[in-house]
Amino acid sequence: MKRREFLKVALSTLSALSISGLSTKKAMGFYACPKEFHAVLVDTTRCIGCRSCEVACADSHGLLIPDPEDKTVFKTLRKTDEKRLTVVNRFETEKGEVYVKTQCMHCCQPACVAACLVKAMKKREEGPVTWSENCMGCRYCMVSCPFDMPKFEYDKAFGRIVKCDMCYGRIIKGKVPACVEACPSEALTFGTRRDILNEAKRRIYTKPDTYIPYIYGEKEVAGTGFLYISSVPFEKIGLPTNLGFKAYPEFTVPFLYSVPVILILWPAFLLGMHYATKEGRK
Amino acid sequence: MDQIARNTEKSWFLFLVFKLLHLGIHLFGFLIFLVRELKPKGKILTPFNVITLPIIVAGAFFAVEHMFEGLSTGTNVSQEFPWGIFIGFNVMVGVPFAGGAYVLAFLVYVLNFEKFHPIVRATVLNGFLAYAFYASAIFLDLGRKWNILNPIIGNEFGVNSILFLVAWHFLLYMLAELIEFSPTVAEWVGLERLKKILSSMTLGACVFGIALSTLHQSGLGGLFMMAKNKLHPLWYSEFIPMLFFASSIPAGLSVVIVQETITRRFFSHRMSESYLRNYDDIFIWLARGAALALFVYFFLKVLAFIHEKSWVHLWSPWGAWFLFEVIGLVLVPSFLFHFGQARRDRRIILFAAILTMLGIIVNRLNYSMIAFKWYVPFSERYFPSLQEITITLAIISTQLWIFRWVVNRMPVYEVPHVEEPETERTFVPELGFTMANGGEKILKKNMKEV
Repeated sequence: MKRREFLKVALSTLSALSISGLSTKKAMGFYACPKEFHAVLVDTTRCIGCRSCEVACADSHGLLIPDPEDKTVFKTLRKTDEKRLTVVNRFETEKGEVYVKTQCMHCCQPACVAACLVKAMKKREEGPVTWSENCMGCRYCMVSCPFDMPKFEYDKAFGRIVKCDMCYGRIIKGKVPACVEACPSEALTFGTRRDILNEAKRRIYTKPDTYIPYIYGEKEVAGTGFLYISSVPFEKIGLPTNLGFKAYPEFTVPFLYSVPVILILWPAFLLGMHYATKEGRK
Repeated sequence: MDQIARNTEKSWFLFLVFKLLHLGIHLFGFLIFLVRELKPKGKILTPFNVITLPIIVAGAFFAVEHMFEGLSTGTNVSQEFPWGIFIGFNVMVGVPFAGGAYVLAFLVYVLNFEKFHPIVRATVLNGFLAYAFYASAIFLDLGRKWNILNPIIGNEFGVNSILFLVAWHFLLYMLAELIEFSPTVAEWVGLERLKKILSSMTLGACVFGIALSTLHQSGLGGLFMMAKNKLHPLWYSEFIPMLFFASSIPAGLSVVIVQETITRRFFSHRMSESYLRNYDDIFIWLARGAALALFVYFFLKVLAFIHEKSWVHLWSPWGAWFLFEVIGLVLVPSFLFHFGQARRDRRIILFAAILTMLGIIVNRLNYSMIAFKWYVPFSERYFPSLQEITITLAIISTQLWIFRWVVNRMPVYEVPHVEEPETERTFVPELGFTMANGGEKILKKNMKEV
């Protein structure tokens, strides 16, 4: 009996210790980093297609400012490119016209960051995915990005990779991204990702007839920094729904894990084979 | 005292002058040797030269133009298709084609399979040149060319990137191949001692090179792991890296078969008797290896296909294209290799090798541009521009020129120096110890005479 009791106590103490250890570790990790990922909620039911975000974005990034009065642009499906970091597209759906803003999604675990061989792509603690000048221009990020967002300035001898940076410079100064600030219909909301998710859920729960019960970007590619809610299914408004919920960098993990194993074991094995066959032949 | 000091000073000075002169004469002699060797040997106006020289000149012009103007001048790469033929063909196809170097290094230096010894130098040379020129293709493809050294000098090390691994392995493997080939250069220059030192490094370089090759051959496939939603499901698989590695072996062997057919035709004057005598045998053994390796690749391809459960996609044009690649350009040449080696027919083997090379080209192009973004309509798809094709052909031509230059001068094809057979030692009971080289017979004869 005594022995049993001892074992019980010992085991429970051990498990309690380990659990508390884990939880304090987690908590410390959380408190040690006061910064949280930020996110932008795109409420497609509120977007009126005024393209103020495009204008504000071009203005704050020093790009060619588009004419918001020109409504002919909605005739074709536009994509972002090296001269416009965000575009608004119009989709005809059973619930009428729906306008959808597209830009870099600022994935929580971005493929472009895992792809970059010089760490020019960085996931910042505040949430944005940014690009820096040490880039080689190999364009592997463009191959890897599931949303096809990085674009390259092909017409320059020393071009840059261009994409939305969630106005990183503004965020670290405590301001909101230019597009969010410019939006007249409150279709864009900026905040910590946690708050934004709650806000999105609140809108869906309070107006279940308006929204479909799904937040695009909550789980897609293990989470994105731009979250979408909509009144129509997302494949009807041009958002890719075949990406899965796995973080894209994880697709490269099995290969990367095999690298040290092969580099260590393979030469030893080869040398062994060399000496084995050498003995056999003589 | 002073006098002696001055004299020693003087003698030191003289010694130095003498040494410098000595070195100068050596250098001068070497320069004359180089200049003499740089001159072309043989006819200048051959069909090969007449065709390739304009291509090289035009390619160099286009390359320089596009270096200063940006990628949009001359290339058709786009936001939709960021990788054109410089990466999609030169690198993706060129690297498995250069795989013969590590396969033969494995067979000859690691497994002591001496049969292939006569062709290993040419193959390593070919592999080294291929890598050197594909590095230049990468340089041309970069959008920010002058940052090419950043992953090497650590601005910054993106260690979580497969491309980082591939870049480093390219560099290190080129070094390994240079070491593997360097004894030939030392022999050409006539530095016997240096050659010995370099030869002693061959095994190490080979083992290192094989490990690097395993990883970067598969790493090229690994690059597409994150293009999951862009590759057609018939081609996307968790096992892309393994398939790329497995296919590099038959690809490399096929290139060796074609290379040996060509070099035998044009460089037979540079080949030793024993090689020409064994030529058929080597050819047959290459075919045997290729047949086996190709069948293993086919088997893995089928396994990956079953694993991905993409049967539904077979009944579509893409399915037909996939079956054409896997059966027509993998399984068929595998059997052809087998028939060729069974009948000892070099023509069948050569045909199978060309089919295999075609299969590798189709496979790699599928990954880099054909089945990549297969949903993009035809009008928006990537096609190489005339300039891109010219530059690619120029790169290949330059490589062939250098290969020819080296084979015509360095002992690429002569059989390497064979070691003396080990001396026989026999025990002489009269003396109570062993004697070598038949010494005991002489001894006995002498003893009798005495």
